[in-house]
Amino acid sequence: MYEHDVLVVGAGGAGLRAAIAAHEAGADTAIVSKLHPVRSHTGAAEGGINAALQEGDDWELHAYDTMKGSDYLADAPAVETLAQDAPEDTMRLEHWGMPFSREEDGRVSQRPFGGLSYPRTTYAGAETGHHLLHTMYEQVVKRGIQVYDEWYVMNLATTDEEDPNDRQCEGIVAYDVQSGNVEGFKANQGVILATGGPGQAFDHTTNAVSCTGDGHAMAYRAGAPLEDMEFIQFHPTSLPSTGVLISEGVRGEGGILYNNDGERFMFEYGYANNSGELASRDVVARAELDEVAEGRGVEDEYVHLDMRHLGEDRILDRLENILHLAEDFEGVDGLVEPMPVKPGQHYAMGGIEVDENGQTCIDGLYAAGECACVSVHGGNRLGGNALPELIVFGKRAGAHAAGDDLGEPEIRTGYGDDVEDDDTELPVAPGASGLDSTDAVADGGVAAETGALEQAVERERARVERLMDKDSGVQHAEIRSKLQNAMTDYVNVFRNEEGIKKALKLIRECREEYQDVYVDDPSKTFNTDLQQTIETRNLIDVAETIALGALVRNEFRGAHWRQENQVRDDENWLKHTLVSWDDGEPSIFYRPVILEGEEKTYEPKVRSY
Amino acid sequence: MSTQQQEPESQESPQDPEMKGTESPQQRRLREKEEGMVDEHAEEEAEAAGETVHIKVFRYDPEIADKQEPRFDDFHVPFEKGMTVLDAVMYARDEFDSSLTFRHSCRQAVCGSDAFFVNGSQMLGCKTQLSDLEQPVRIEPLPHQEVVKDLVVDMDHFYDQMHAVEPYFQDEDTPAASDLEEQRQTPENREKIKMSSRCIWCGACMSSCNIAAGDNQYLGPAAINKAYKFAMDDRESEEIKEHRLRILEQEHGVWRCQTQFSCTEVCPKDIPLTEHIQELKREAVKKNLKFW
Repeated sequence: MYEHDVLVVGAGGAGLRAAIAAHEAGADTAIVSKLHPVRSHTGAAEGGINAALQEGDDWELHAYDTMKGSDYLADAPAVETLAQDAPEDTMRLEHWGMPFSREEDGRVSQRPFGGLSYPRTTYAGAETGHHLLHTMYEQVVKRGIQVYDEWYVMNLATTDEEDPNDRQCEGIVAYDVQSGNVEGFKANQGVILATGGPGQAFDHTTNAVSCTGDGHAMAYRAGAPLEDMEFIQFHPTSLPSTGVLISEGVRGEGGILYNNDGERFMFEYGYANNSGELASRDVVARAELDEVAEGRGVEDEYVHLDMRHLGEDRILDRLENILHLAEDFEGVDGLVEPMPVKPGQHYAMGGIEVDENGQTCIDGLYAAGECACVSVHGGNRLGGNALPELIVFGKRAGAHAAGDDLGEPEIRTGYGDDVEDDDTELPVAPGASGLDSTDAVADGGVAAETGALEQAVERERARVERLMDKDSGVQHAEIRSKLQNAMTDYVNVFRNEEGIKKALKLIRECREEYQDVYVDDPSKTFNTDLQQTIETRNLIDVAETIALGALVRNEFRGAHWRQENQVRDDENWLKHTLVSWDDGEPSIFYRPVILEGEEKTYEPKVRSY
Repeated sequence: MSTQQQEPESQESPQDPEMKGTESPQQRRLREKEEGMVDEHAEEEAEAAGETVHIKVFRYDPEIADKQEPRFDDFHVPFEKGMTVLDAVMYARDEFDSSLTFRHSCRQAVCGSDAFFVNGSQMLGCKTQLSDLEQPVRIEPLPHQEVVKDLVVDMDHFYDQMHAVEPYFQDEDTPAASDLEEQRQTPENREKIKMSSRCIWCGACMSSCNIAAGDNQYLGPAAINKAYKFAMDDRESEEIKEHRLRILEQEHGVWRCQTQFSCTEVCPKDIPLTEHIQELKREAVKKNLKFW
């Protein structure tokens, strides 16, 4: 048994920032991560950090752009916090030595990004995430914060009161990947989930193999609702064969999209007459797929992104990394030919429902970064807004967990008197399949007698034993592949009721097949077969919430497009979708979006670019 | 050492036939690939036409009886244009042997997890095209590090060396929020540290270095390069730079390097490691002259 004041699960940007903040607030802090910190997927972020740093820009413009970009589904208190704190937190990174790109006068450079009214995206080449991740890890090393790397967190230890709002998170259960030992970690003050995105629920994704939604699934099963999961961002420029991301920075610097006929289609066909290539990501992604559907795609699959006219000097100065990516992963020289691109799953706007302080409805359980939904991104995240979210809300969650007073949050969490129940008829019952007994189920206080953590450790040890002892059945890779294909076939950029229902049935099949899953590798040493088998269970839970959200939200908002109702329906849908596990029998409810900021209300307007 | 040849199991295509009309080109390729595998002859033909890749993968597991003696396993993986070494071992794991173990995450050469020893040289699995390699492609864990299992090596020593150069800005605690003045840095100085800042801690350089192999305390190219990034950054003070140079000129520091360039040759991010080490040697000499 290990014991710390604050435990941070995950060591990407949000996790490292949370750990530094908790440590600075005086808490004995440790990070537990399935990857060594520098392996985290924050390192793949390319574009930049939106922060109103310059004269002529201010945080209110950043907040306004973000609310508009979100298609009015972000909560104003969260968005204003983001915009207000981003400049200071970006400067803090500068003081920690982050190698930002610089102007001639020595100031940090900023560039235009999609959906921004001012060029406020601060960057470090096209490798901003790499530098952010390494700079913060350096600060973790400097402070001597303990890191349990290559420890895979399997589940949370929470008390089991009937109402999740009454539950308390006491720690986590993790296994040491190298030795296979399952151990409990007690958290005296709080557990902060910073586990990143769930991109592996999809077949074509820019996300790392490690992005399996572990934090989402653990919080969900412990009773914290998942919010706005239907809002998945498909990045307009991923390489067709691998899903590797080509930064929006290319378009920010002046890169142009062409169809197979050599037409600049963003303008030619009126997708975005003002902003063209720099319209919001959802707009550009749909435009590309429309071009392909209209027969104007290259090889019926993708479009071209051309940056040759920017000139070699500018490309080498600001986008050099893009040349390497295009060369290594698509065999294309971006200096002499256009790069093939198509939309790829990139980011989950939704996540674990938290307030401005990062806290879930479960006492002592926090979430920050992509796995959380504060919500600052609403229906669509603007490029350059993910990294400031990591540092702003990572910091806040760490400080709050360690006992700092950040004031009363305005955002409410958990089921309450301000929510509305959903009554959509579902094609199949979602939730637990019955045989996987590792889920937290209310048992009327039995846990209280032996301690939630001790019980959770026993449960997880039994789960590992069962998976390892079984010597035939189905393997996780088969189930994972079926799940990913179901999501990419039916819950992709274009969605309709029939397809989403098919997806829900296929997800159900995956769940049932998972009851027969076994781990073939008998070794306790570095058993990635076991780890991936557990991850696959998490992916099933998360994919189901994405499909459920997509089914019930019958409107077109941000990244979520529905064939049956291709308009934004503010009358009925200015509200967040929440899916709650409810001990294995999920329910769906809604909470109104907060459009009232500190001094003004963000009135929904037509989102045109 | 034993070799075993594994063939893909035949399987039904999971693709719903109704979907064929609306599938994307990518789905079509996937489906055709899957359907092709139902036919064993197609597999043989593909191999005859050179469309599978033969990989030999190092296997070792200290607690599994038949893997305690290191061996190589042979896998024949269907080849697709653009396929990398990482794609091939992932295919072998997912289709043939789920106990095949290696680190990998981002698939785009930034997480630094998958440095392997491929056909006798250190490289990142994810950015190495199979078409550039002679077959059979021999894939082994990084040399000079303890093997944990299959292609996974113990990285602790590498991390210890990285931490030994105090890899963080040394300036006293950063000022309170309201006093956070932006520090200026010239574009030239930023350019100066650019290449050094690209290190992804993959460990390829350390594994290729003869000196590191013979001297366990040698800081090694990655750690020295990390120190270079800080020593050359004008935002830190001269005193701190001197402190950094003192760390680097210790017995197991920069002077150990014999400029064999092996680290520079294998670096997947093209960092001029040897040049950086040489430059630090010159800086150390300059500093010492100053004090005479």
